[in-house]
Amino acid sequence: MHVSREPVDDTPHVVIEDLAFRRGRTTVFEGLSMTVPRGRITTVMGPSGTGKTTLLRLIGGQLRPTSGRIWVDGLEVARLSRRGLYNLRKRMGMLFQTGALLSDFNVFDNVAFPLREHTDLPEELIRHLVLMKLEAVGLRAARDLDPSQLSGGMARRVALARAIALDPQMIMYDEPFAGLDPITMGQIVTLIRRTNQTLGLTSVLVTHDVVEAMAISDQVVLLAEGRVVDRGTVDEVRGRASEWTSQFLEGRPDGPVPFHYPGTPYRDDLLGGKESRT
Amino acid sequence: MMDFLAGLGRAGLGWFAVLGRASMFLARVLLSQDAVLRRFSLTVAELYSVGVRSLLIIVVSGLFVGMVLGYQGYITLVNFGAAEALGGVVALSLVRELGPVVTALLFAGRAGSALTAEIGLMKATEQLSAMEMMAVDPYRRVFAPRFFAGFVSMPLLAALFSAVGVVGGYLVGVGLLGVDSGSYFSQMQAVTDWREDVVSGVIKSVVFGFVVTWIAVFQGFDAEPTSEGISRATTQTVVVSALAVLGLDFILTGLMFGDL
Repeated sequence: MHVSREPVDDTPHVVIEDLAFRRGRTTVFEGLSMTVPRGRITTVMGPSGTGKTTLLRLIGGQLRPTSGRIWVDGLEVARLSRRGLYNLRKRMGMLFQTGALLSDFNVFDNVAFPLREHTDLPEELIRHLVLMKLEAVGLRAARDLDPSQLSGGMARRVALARAIALDPQMIMYDEPFAGLDPITMGQIVTLIRRTNQTLGLTSVLVTHDVVEAMAISDQVVLLAEGRVVDRGTVDEVRGRASEWTSQFLEGRPDGPVPFHYPGTPYRDDLLGGKESRT
Repeated sequence: MMDFLAGLGRAGLGWFAVLGRASMFLARVLLSQDAVLRRFSLTVAELYSVGVRSLLIIVVSGLFVGMVLGYQGYITLVNFGAAEALGGVVALSLVRELGPVVTALLFAGRAGSALTAEIGLMKATEQLSAMEMMAVDPYRRVFAPRFFAGFVSMPLLAALFSAVGVVGGYLVGVGLLGVDSGSYFSQMQAVTDWREDVVSGVIKSVVFGFVVTWIAVFQGFDAEPTSEGISRATTQTVVVSALAVLGLDFILTGLMFGDL
């Protein structure tokens, strides 16, 4: 298990209590409760479509829960005014799956964007800070490129530099490993771990790449069908693995999550088809 | 029959829902207008991309519309021996109707579609979400300056369209067809009333500028975040703007000149 720098404050950074979220008639979450410890890497895993990204948007206050409560840093997100929410977000970074770099700006200006928006620092100092952040992700020399000239992995690294530009206390990664080649994936894994260690950041990862996530996580939360199926340290989850958990972790095609879409038995369907033609 | 009625009802409800969302959106954009002054450099950049970049199409179209008016006006007027009145005809047609309406239609095609596509793309690539998560309000950073730029540019472009159109009419009427240069301008001055004609035209262009920019920015904001969604929203901007401009033109003309 990976060991992070010991946090000073041991209250949880994020507390989610009995969260329910519905979109139209679809229930995304029902009775979901979990905590994210400060200064650690927490990974939320689950099959596609379990609302992992939605969970990040709820924590970031971009969506409001149908019921239940979410506290970030002791503040209840849904009750904050816009100003309060924006102040909270300045202490929060988010890495989007696509990087979400601003297409009007080059790499340098993208990383400088939050600094220019939220601080009155002189341009000279902004230049230093931006180069420091870009150096940390290994892209200092790419500062004049446009987002369209970057590969997927590079865009995510620039986005990471931008997310840590304001030195947040917490960072959320939305599917950071999706669609990357092994080398780039290794680079991102290293960066996430290093960012967590050197800055003592609370990190929340949402992914279904089991191997990479297990390698760097302090805590794992498994989601399925809108609730927490299992949670604990990597070893704990591996140790007591329920049938569902082990199917997910080992990537077996059939098990509690069936390969076949639920329906009438195959035999009945075949015979039924024959009967209907005669 | 019931299916048809149900479909009609659903479509109607859908329209009201869109109108509601668009109104909420407009309210927030208007409440964010103080950002236009605070971040004046952003506003200037938008004025450039929305206004200045539309200049070419507006000037060229204005010139041709004016030249056609010169021809058509002359052909009709000369039958009554009133060719000297050409300046008045050209100026009135442009200032009252063609200036605001044609400019608004061209503006929707050039600047409106570009605004929709730009904002739609920002939405589809999560740039708007990313801004929100960086504690930057997209209403103040993205929508307010664009809305203001469109609203201000459109009346100026319409005025330019009319001015260039008058020159176009002059080139054809005086240069080619031999109308007297002095009569062309004196007729224009005699028949064009400041309040009745010029102010009415300006009011129209202000209203069209407001509506077209609102539609364009909202369509981008409301676009489905996919490639098809963006292309559909861009088409919608041009179609809805054109219909809104022509419909409003009828209503405004009725209000302004109805009692004459």
